[in-house]
Amino acid sequence: MRWFKLCWCWVLLFVTLVNSYGRVIEVCKSGCNVSTITEAVEIAQKGDTILIHEGRYKEANIIIKVPEIVIRGKGEVIIDAGKKDRAFVIFRASGVRIENVMIRNVPFTSTDELAGINVLYSNRYHIENVRIDSTFFGILVEQSDSGIIRGCTINSGSPINVYEATLGNGIHLWKSNYALLENNSITNMRDGIYFEFVSNSVIRGNHSFGNKRYGLHFMFSNDDVYENNKFERNGAGVAVMFSKNIDMHNNVFVNNWGMSSYGLLLKEIYDSEIKHNVFIRNTTGIHVEGSARIRYEENDFIENGWAVNFLGGSYDNFFYHNNFIGNTFDVAYFGRVNNNRFEENYWNKYTGYDLDRDGYGDVPYRPVDLFTYMVNEIPETIVLLRSFFVQILNFAEQVVPVLTPADIYDPKPLMQKWKWSSS
Amino acid sequence: MFKIIGYVIKDLLRNRWTLFYLLFYLLVGFSILMFSGDFSKSMVSFLQIILILTPLIGTLFGVMYYYNSRDFIELLLAQPIRRRDVFVGQWLGVSLSLGTSLIVGLGIPFLWYFAQYEVAGDQFILLLLLGFALGAIFTGLSMAVSVSTDNKIRGFGYALVLWLLMAVVYDGFLLLALIAFRDYPLEKFALVATVFNPIDLARITILLKLDISALMGYTGAVFREFLGSTAGMLTSMTILLLWMILPFFLITFIARKRDF
Repeated sequence: MRWFKLCWCWVLLFVTLVNSYGRVIEVCKSGCNVSTITEAVEIAQKGDTILIHEGRYKEANIIIKVPEIVIRGKGEVIIDAGKKDRAFVIFRASGVRIENVMIRNVPFTSTDELAGINVLYSNRYHIENVRIDSTFFGILVEQSDSGIIRGCTINSGSPINVYEATLGNGIHLWKSNYALLENNSITNMRDGIYFEFVSNSVIRGNHSFGNKRYGLHFMFSNDDVYENNKFERNGAGVAVMFSKNIDMHNNVFVNNWGMSSYGLLLKEIYDSEIKHNVFIRNTTGIHVEGSARIRYEENDFIENGWAVNFLGGSYDNFFYHNNFIGNTFDVAYFGRVNNNRFEENYWNKYTGYDLDRDGYGDVPYRPVDLFTYMVNEIPETIVLLRSFFVQILNFAEQVVPVLTPADIYDPKPLMQKWKWSSS
Repeated sequence: MFKIIGYVIKDLLRNRWTLFYLLFYLLVGFSILMFSGDFSKSMVSFLQIILILTPLIGTLFGVMYYYNSRDFIELLLAQPIRRRDVFVGQWLGVSLSLGTSLIVGLGIPFLWYFAQYEVAGDQFILLLLLGFALGAIFTGLSMAVSVSTDNKIRGFGYALVLWLLMAVVYDGFLLLALIAFRDYPLEKFALVATVFNPIDLARITILLKLDISALMGYTGAVFREFLGSTAGMLTSMTILLLWMILPFFLITFIARKRDF
């Protein structure tokens, strides 16, 4: 009898599992029980999988309120929001997973931030292989922790000359910690990736290019890591502001070009490490403003207008073993020198000698020359760039510094380009 | 006139100055391209040569050649030839042979480099063209100066001062003006002031091709808008041409008035 009871228990459990947990709800245009995703989401219970078959679904504002649901596309699944509303909303539902779908036509509004996928108060979200085209915002995450966004492609589909305010951000996280953004590709948005109040997160292997404003934009986001990303041709490059403990490793900043464009803009950043990054052909490689205790190690600055531009209020910035190659200006400086240091960097403009052959030049290198200083003071003097007269002035100034900050110098400039360590 | 040009070129070839000049450029060209591995760095070195050396050599050559061939010129003037043809012919002869040395002397290293790496062919061509133009302009100006005075020392002095003014002092005054009027919008002024000096114009034209990155801010935008466009390129080329025509008129005017 007892055995029988136990058996019943098992059967009951099994039936429950089959019925309510791990059920697969198939959605297709014809032949399935359910023909719209909205309907499927309504009948789905915790743990169900909604399998969407190939086709074009004209649906908007699909609200997922049940946790642990998996929405999976099979073949080419296009969800067309028809310029009406956002496509998906995950609302107070943890552990929801969306993968292999394409989302289109999310409209622009001035009053609401409409996104392809909007995650609200839902932890452990997982968004993978989603392609979002012709959208206002891409993926908008608010107050949701511990999520993963991986392998997504986001494109506003707007022409590049469109007005900035009509574009949304590619991946926008607000007050959401412990996120992992990996291998996404974002283009034609306002900001490629935007973080505000996002801590302990990792941004890895993303490609953010051709965005109207920043490729990556950080605000008030502490203890984050971004590595192996590529930021290319963004209107204003990458901006990291008002944050602490940021690690930036192995990123590439290339062709961030224009009058107000930076490879990397640091504003009020503290206690961070910038290592093994490459800055190629940016108008300004790194723009530092009011930042302290930052270590710049083994970065390559190649053919930038300004490799490094310091504005006031920066303390304890330490440049060590970087390569400065073919930049028009190596370092520009405003305000007081403070205790920012340059040591053992390679400067291809260095003309000193190394008599004792220890690999370090015997004469210190002064990266801020008179002309750089002058251009900072009066921007129009840039027309005299590479003029013979200016070179004479520069030379005279180098011999006897009068105007330029005399205490910004590299005491041990390297004679050969520095080879990065492997780590 | 063409006969005179021919005579001058032949004469210069015979006394080997052109050859020397050509060898000098060959040497400089190859050594810069070979020894500085960095392309942009070597481009900047070439820019310096084009901007400083070519006008200087043109200036010196113009004066020297004029004073050395005074006798020949006086002989020619006795013939029924227009004065204009005599002097302009001399100028064209000298600048053509100098220009050829420049183009061949730097062109061969450029071709060699281009064949290896296939980069920046248009920049090389632009450099050579501007170098040729600058050489011709300064040869002409120095000839105009030397036609106006018989005193060799004075002629040399004036010509050198002219070169110094254009190549160095002009920029100094421009800089002073920019500093003095720093509270006013200066982009248009800077643009106009630059265009009116052939050396500065050549410099900016090449720079816009090279590290455009540096020309930033509003000033850079004004320049890019003007010189970066086809119309701007045409305008700057026209102004360079005007600069090349100026010695022609100067020489003609001075020669017509002068009593030999």
